[in-house]
Amino acid sequence: MIRYLIRRLLWAVVLFIAVTAVTYALFFIVPADPARIMAGKSASPAEVERVRKALGLDDPIYIQYAHFLKKLVIEGSLGTSYANRQEVNDIVKSAAPVTASLVFGGMIVWLLIAFPVGVYSALRPRSKTDRAAMVGVLIGISAHPVWIGLLLSYFFGYRWQVTPIQGYCEVFSPPPGQSQCAGFPIWQWAYHLILPWITIAVLYAAFYVRMIRSNTMETLNEDYVRTARAKGVKESTVLRSHVLRNAILPVVTMLGMDLALALGGAIFTEYVFGLPGLGKEAVDSIRRFDYPTTVGITVFATVVVITFNLLVDILYAYIDPRIRLS
Amino acid sequence: MALLEVRDLKTHFTTDDGVVKAVDGVSFSVEKGKTLAIVGESGSGKSVTCLTVMGLNPRRGVEISGEALFNGRDLIKLRGEELRKIRGDEMSMIFQDPMTSLNPVHTIGGQLREAVLVHEKVPKQQANARALEMLKAVGIPRAETRMDDYPHQFSGGMRQRVMIAMALINNPDLLIADEPTTALDVTTQAQIISLMTRLQRDFGSAIILITHDLGVVAETADEVMVMYAGRAVERADYKGLFYEPHHPYTWGLMDSMPTLSGEDTELTPIPGTPPSLLRPPEGCKFNPRCRFVMDICRTEEPELKEVPGSPAHLERCHLDEAVKQAEIERIATERLGAVS
Repeated sequence: MIRYLIRRLLWAVVLFIAVTAVTYALFFIVPADPARIMAGKSASPAEVERVRKALGLDDPIYIQYAHFLKKLVIEGSLGTSYANRQEVNDIVKSAAPVTASLVFGGMIVWLLIAFPVGVYSALRPRSKTDRAAMVGVLIGISAHPVWIGLLLSYFFGYRWQVTPIQGYCEVFSPPPGQSQCAGFPIWQWAYHLILPWITIAVLYAAFYVRMIRSNTMETLNEDYVRTARAKGVKESTVLRSHVLRNAILPVVTMLGMDLALALGGAIFTEYVFGLPGLGKEAVDSIRRFDYPTTVGITVFATVVVITFNLLVDILYAYIDPRIRLS
Repeated sequence: MALLEVRDLKTHFTTDDGVVKAVDGVSFSVEKGKTLAIVGESGSGKSVTCLTVMGLNPRRGVEISGEALFNGRDLIKLRGEELRKIRGDEMSMIFQDPMTSLNPVHTIGGQLREAVLVHEKVPKQQANARALEMLKAVGIPRAETRMDDYPHQFSGGMRQRVMIAMALINNPDLLIADEPTTALDVTTQAQIISLMTRLQRDFGSAIILITHDLGVVAETADEVMVMYAGRAVERADYKGLFYEPHHPYTWGLMDSMPTLSGEDTELTPIPGTPPSLLRPPEGCKFNPRCRFVMDICRTEEPELKEVPGSPAHLERCHLDEAVKQAEIERIATERLGAVS
């Protein structure tokens, strides 16, 4: 178990260095000159050079990367935005909770849909419910989140006026004077996130219904399930303790990867619903050629994804003794 | 009265291609503490027969008829919940592949304990003590330290011992063993078989042993039923079957069994393959593969009838008794020479 963890941890470090290096290099290979853009359209060549020197852009790229890493590891700083001299850490700090709320809330929504539907479908294959679920899965997989988001906000937000269309309300220390967030903070936070959660959940709910259905059906045919029945175990216990306990193993692995994917997919949802999350900040910073912000957000997202995968690996080892003990 | 009395049992599966008559009118009985061996090729219906008795067939698309009287109750008529209470308690079952028959995410001790706790309201400690006692009884070395181990830490033979421990933990009247040694290597097979016979003596359980290994039958069985294409083709006590086999299919099984006599006997396999149960042949189901086939065999299925002079010996063949006696002679000298 210890060796398994150490191996995973070392992998995480290697992965981190690889991903940050590639990201960093990628953005500085792009044929655009941030110094010129920062200095402004009417700046003289001398002024552009001064800006370049001030931003450290005259060093070779590997030196810049070394500086970046040093600042990151020693000071824990992601750098400073070119656009407004704001700390990238602060940008991330304010945007990350929004994305986290969106993705984790969405995950809970999609799991709440996928588990009951998937298991029920598996227990009654080819039933009407199962067929309906499979049609739903097809629609869910085919529909793009932007389309779903716009559809939801048109009907629920505009036509029937039951939910807000735009904006985000903070749970802790909501800024005063925001009239749309007046009321109980958690309620306002959830109320503003309902449509985004559903939007992000549709696609994954579809995937997970299908995966949980097929895992459960497969596990139902396992010899050890027959053994449990032969022992006289109650059918509800067979399902819970013998079938689902094994059927969720692959789901846990998928969850780690899909949370990472959902972080990327969150960009669409954040845009549609005007949520000031990481995706929106990243896209905005690319438009402004604000490389430190872009790189900073990418690096942060990388760390989050790596951490998730590590957590999932540990969780997996915990629930699957074959990994824990070998 | 017999412990288990099965009469005219039929298990038919409805598939997209038609009705599969996996078990088609099988009758047999098992006496208290005795061993019945059910012999036959893959697909002859031996496993389905036992799964039907246990109530472990898939529930959809199955039609079951007949009777299975067990301790006075008809298992076929019992509702799911009543049958569940009998399963694992009064009768239990072990399976062919010990590698996949134990749940990989629960400890050995936990799985044994569960078998106790579903049938008896006893404290966990007591269930644990029973589990440990059973592990010792089936010969798991250092059983105390292995209760918290997981199945993947056990070898195939050890896992089958665990399965046997689990099946016998509630002291059942009947143990059904579905090819318990097929997936094991030969030395382990012998150990498992002798373990089962020893435990049968200690616990007094009756055993239904499904196998295609006549060697195992010779070692363990009191009664033998030979199945072919969902039907019994011969039923006899163990002596009757080995020394006076009356059905061409039984002869075929014996001819394909190696002997250690050292004599120059050739192995003769039964030609062809088991028939499709969707479209079984007309007449006797064995006729396309039978060396002795006659015209009548292709049109008329023989009844299961008594062998003249031994009422406990039943067989299903049109052949003349004289022809059979000649063949019995041949097998006795060729195959069983070393035994007698």
